[in-house]
Amino acid sequence: MALFVARGFLRFDAVVPDEINQTVLAAIQAGGPQDGILIEGSEVHSYPPGTRLSNCYVDQPAIRQLLDLPEVQGIIKSLVGEDPLFDHHAIHHCPPNQNTAQYTHADSIIDTRTNFDIQLMYYPHEVTAGMGGTRYIPGSHFRRVNEMTIARYQNIKGQQHVVCPAGTLLVMHHGIWHGGGRNQSDQPRYMFKIRLNATEKQVKLWDTSDLEEKSIGPKAIFDPDAYSHRDRVQTIFEIPETWFPMDESRLETVNRIKLWRYLVGDESFDSHHWLTRIENINH
Amino acid sequence: MKKRQIVMVLYSRSSALDSDVVGWATYDGTGKKFHHPGGQDEPPYETGLAAMQDGWRVIQISQLIPPYPGTEHNTSFLPFEIVLEQIVETD
Repeated sequence: MALFVARGFLRFDAVVPDEINQTVLAAIQAGGPQDGILIEGSEVHSYPPGTRLSNCYVDQPAIRQLLDLPEVQGIIKSLVGEDPLFDHHAIHHCPPNQNTAQYTHADSIIDTRTNFDIQLMYYPHEVTAGMGGTRYIPGSHFRRVNEMTIARYQNIKGQQHVVCPAGTLLVMHHGIWHGGGRNQSDQPRYMFKIRLNATEKQVKLWDTSDLEEKSIGPKAIFDPDAYSHRDRVQTIFEIPETWFPMDESRLETVNRIKLWRYLVGDESFDSHHWLTRIENINH
Repeated sequence: MKKRQIVMVLYSRSSALDSDVVGWATYDGTGKKFHHPGGQDEPPYETGLAAMQDGWRVIQISQLIPPYPGTEHNTSFLPFEIVLEQIVETD
């Protein structure tokens, strides 16, 4: 959970069994070969935003089975709670031999909330390096930008390109910067995405049995022992992405602290004094 | 032969032009090369200064603007942008 807070994503390779992958792929491809990125004629149909997820895909058993997998149920409940709301879904199609890739962007419109939506990005087939799998920028999810304003950012150091086995799930914080890659292979590439809204406070929804062990009290700043324990929440929050501007690494640590305070229901949580210091006001 | 502009935008880790490049984009006015989003995982230059030393001309760098009150701890766009150009001859 701390890694999700810090980096804005979690990845679960091959978590969906191949029989489900094949059925979903067949439904997506039912409309025949496609030229554009919008799928026509697929057998996957959508729902009005705000529909309870439990009421979705009841008549689309392969997708329902995917969502009901214990691992996927655990992912969803841990992040957005019981029976979240369906926001929207999209079937992304990248035709073979594409001329270009999608600009880097953040989804929806600029969003200043602390609580968050997730986007489940599901890859029903193997995605190879040449297929232009989703490009995403770890750690970008707290940055306040609106949609395609960041189209000028062609490349950012540390950018990731999805290369994965069939049945992989990439779970994204709603704000993460991303874009479709350029499919240079001779095979079409598909990705099926569902955005989910929480309907309850996202406080301690995940297994917190190791929280006491992994979330230690304040240590001396620059204490080498503290930094050697890279599974500790506070250490995770202090590790910058390679692309963070020098002066903003600590601002991103502060962003991570603020979200963690909400998630654990503890306004006193801190990572090595970064917020406590500036909250210390003596009148 | 005609002259065309190539614009390269570099994003650096600090306001110093000799600090590491962390983001980049290139737009080739000759039409000979198209730079795709996500097409390059390593920067064309390690620093803005390195690009200058290789003949690129700086035409704009980011101003340092104080944060708007209430937004001091927010992050948004990459703050340190260097816009460079080359004028090349092409047929």
